[in-house]
Amino acid sequence: MNIANVKQKSLKQRKIKDNFMVGLLYLSTLIVITPLIIIISYVIYNGINALNWDFFVHELGSPTRAMQGRPTGLVHTILGTAVVDTLALLIALPVGVGSGILLSEYPDNKLNPALRIINDTLNGMPAILKGLLAFALIVKPMGTFSGLAGGVALAFVMIPIIARATESALMNIPWSIREAGLAIGLPRWRVIMSTVIPAAKTGLVTGFLIAFARAVGEAAPLMFTSFGNNYLPKHWTGMIFGPVDTLPQRLYSLAISPYKEWHAMGWAAGIILLVFVITLFIFARVLTAEKKYES
Amino acid sequence: MANNLGNIINKKPIHIIYRWLGDKIFLSLSFILGLTIVLLAIAMGFVLYSESGETFKTFGVWGFIKGTDWDAGLHMSFGALPFIFGTLVTSIFSLLIAFLPSIAIAIFIAEYAPKWLSNITDNLINLIAAIPSVVVGIWGIFVFAPWMRDTFYMPIFLWTAENYPTLLPIIGSPIGYGMTTATIILALMIIPYITVLTKDAIKKVPQEQREAAYALGATKWEVIRMAILPYARGGIMAGAMLSFGRAIGETMAVAMLIGNKNSFPFSIVGPASTIPSVIINEFREAVSNIHVSSLMALGLILFVISLIVNLIAAYITRKLSITGGKVI
Repeated sequence: MNIANVKQKSLKQRKIKDNFMVGLLYLSTLIVITPLIIIISYVIYNGINALNWDFFVHELGSPTRAMQGRPTGLVHTILGTAVVDTLALLIALPVGVGSGILLSEYPDNKLNPALRIINDTLNGMPAILKGLLAFALIVKPMGTFSGLAGGVALAFVMIPIIARATESALMNIPWSIREAGLAIGLPRWRVIMSTVIPAAKTGLVTGFLIAFARAVGEAAPLMFTSFGNNYLPKHWTGMIFGPVDTLPQRLYSLAISPYKEWHAMGWAAGIILLVFVITLFIFARVLTAEKKYES
Repeated sequence: MANNLGNIINKKPIHIIYRWLGDKIFLSLSFILGLTIVLLAIAMGFVLYSESGETFKTFGVWGFIKGTDWDAGLHMSFGALPFIFGTLVTSIFSLLIAFLPSIAIAIFIAEYAPKWLSNITDNLINLIAAIPSVVVGIWGIFVFAPWMRDTFYMPIFLWTAENYPTLLPIIGSPIGYGMTTATIILALMIIPYITVLTKDAIKKVPQEQREAAYALGATKWEVIRMAILPYARGGIMAGAMLSFGRAIGETMAVAMLIGNKNSFPFSIVGPASTIPSVIINEFREAVSNIHVSSLMALGLILFVISLIVNLIAAYITRKLSITGGKVI
């Protein structure tokens, strides 16, 4: 085919083109990596000064509080994020893992072809639509924005990722292990629970970490489910049944606010988010690397 | 002795519960959880549809989609066209910007780079995907948009004003927050997705394919051009489609950078709006039923676009796996 055309060029020309393309590949990689480094360094540079003791022990309060120089912080946001994200994980884990088990351990189940396509589609759906769904399902009947609704919205983000990760982690376990379990007379569910899942532990945890990291950074589904709150609730149940602050959503509100003091806190919130997400990310990577090493 | 006998008699029902019933319960539990996901997807479509009923009743389906007016204050008239246009234009252009660099990086990681560099690059690219959208957004608001305004938009605007004043409405107001800024950031955010999916497609190309091309005397680049890329084309296209879906739904960074102008005419660097950005900006403050309903209707349109894009991607992937990538 094209070989005939290629032959007409001299070898030298072809080598030059080869080298040119290598240069282009290096260049485009560099161009894309640069913004990453710029973004991370800007966030750290601008936020590091606002990251003081007050930041971790006080609540935000009204804007005047920051402008008068009284101590403000985001303790309510950090606690709220912990509550909402934990709720989301508790809701998403059973659904995601259960579906993953169905997909991988019962390959001939009638639901599977539809489930696989729908799960992938749900994974590709914009997070903001998951927020609208949680709004209609939880916020509207309850009549109030709540941490629970935020947790459900984030769970919608996590579920498809966990289901996919569980499926592929379990699929990686050879069938011979299952057959060994069945051969010594274990029922199928015991085989799955006591041999397949322990064997796939690393893959499963990696999947959960990735799902968690994705959900932690999402602000869109939380804007109209957990809504946000400048204060700590009076009682801890307010975190679940009342409007509650979360880091990504607070970062957005701080960034678009007109107060300089709040901008600095926004950058600081960015540092915390980045550190958290990157830690999760590194954990997931290390686990994957270990797994490769083992096999 | 009697005790032992009792054990044997008692053992059978337990055994049945343990084996037969246990399996039944386990399978039905997994099935119910799987069904939850299916129901969730159906619920999403249904909820958006039923919540947007009032809007479609008032303006008509086509009337809403074609409408260019978005006035939540005085006239309470709503039309979706500016947002559909903004969403599609930003997504398409960001895909165009991101496509070639992503493929270049994927080739770099999979074929060219030495192993240590390939690992580092791979991790850094994945890290871009891991950065929360709001963090990119805050950088965009305070650093990138002002920088774009001072280095590009203002000089271009002033130059145009001097030489071709009639073109000014097309360029738009150079405030820094607008369609171009949002598109560039969007491109940066979808690059990791295309890269990862392209890399996977390239890794699936069998080694023999490469060796055959080398045996014909091809240089490394020629091997990639003639043996690897055509083979991986299907996977690359599916990846681009999925990333397009991501770009359509990307909310926070776009909402922070696009300038949020809700009406036509849009301009190249001037402010605009997308479906997710207007939902984020107005849903919290929407009071009247028709306003909420119109935002839900926008959500439904986003749902339909996203559904189509994802199904096309699934179709391409499926076709690829059946034919082994040879046809496309």
